[in-house]
Amino acid sequence: MATHKGKTNEPFWWALFGAGGVLAAFCIPVLLFLNGLAIPLGWIEPPRYEDALALVQHPLTRLFLFGLISLSMFHWAHRFRFTLYDGLQIKHLNFLVALMCYGSAVVVSILTAVVLFQL
Amino acid sequence: MSHYPRYKKYRPRVYSKRMPIFWWVRKWPHARFILRELTSVFVAFYAIVLLLHVRSLAAGPEAYANFMAWLQTPVALALHTVALVMVLYHSITWFSLAPKAMVLRVGRTRIPGWAIAGANFAAWGLFSLILAWIVLTV
Repeated sequence: MATHKGKTNEPFWWALFGAGGVLAAFCIPVLLFLNGLAIPLGWIEPPRYEDALALVQHPLTRLFLFGLISLSMFHWAHRFRFTLYDGLQIKHLNFLVALMCYGSAVVVSILTAVVLFQL
Repeated sequence: MSHYPRYKKYRPRVYSKRMPIFWWVRKWPHARFILRELTSVFVAFYAIVLLLHVRSLAAGPEAYANFMAWLQTPVALALHTVALVMVLYHSITWFSLAPKAMVLRVGRTRIPGWAIAGANFAAWGLFSLILAWIVLTV
């Protein structure tokens, strides 16, 4: 929201958007293809429960998953917010839309941290 | 922030034409722009699927089996197919725009855009191989 009143917190949200965009662009296609299509369709043997659990319990995997999930959500929040403004012409709902978008990203990040911490 | 004016300060309040909500469907470049912005919805979709995946692992073998069974339902497969197309579109548009965001110089010569985009695409391939290797060799 570029107002003429000087400072905004835009660069902060943009940095999260950019970081999420990069991480998602590098990592999501391959993970989605393997976990969401290749394994369910039987093209690849699914990992055993114990092995999959051991993988996500590794501290580096937890850190990676937290970064990927959280930043992907902030990427969505920022981009979707402006899509709502541009696509649906609802710029007057500025505060409500921003709260809904960034709020969802914060909530999912907290849930992710809780799940990963309890693993 | 809650008092966001509908009219711009320096524009007279006489006549401003409202754009139709679906202004972007008639021209392909406009539709492509909105499509690119909507890839973020599928990025978020997969972030949440990953969270549910991890949660099922945390909840025990039965919950994990249920989650794996859900992934095999037609609805899940259809969602993942659409999502794969959209996240691929996200990656391709993202790396293609990388030269516009990164201006690198060696000495006084600017590294050409195609080299920066190419390096991003190569890194994408490499990361995908590494992640596939990790997932497939657990």
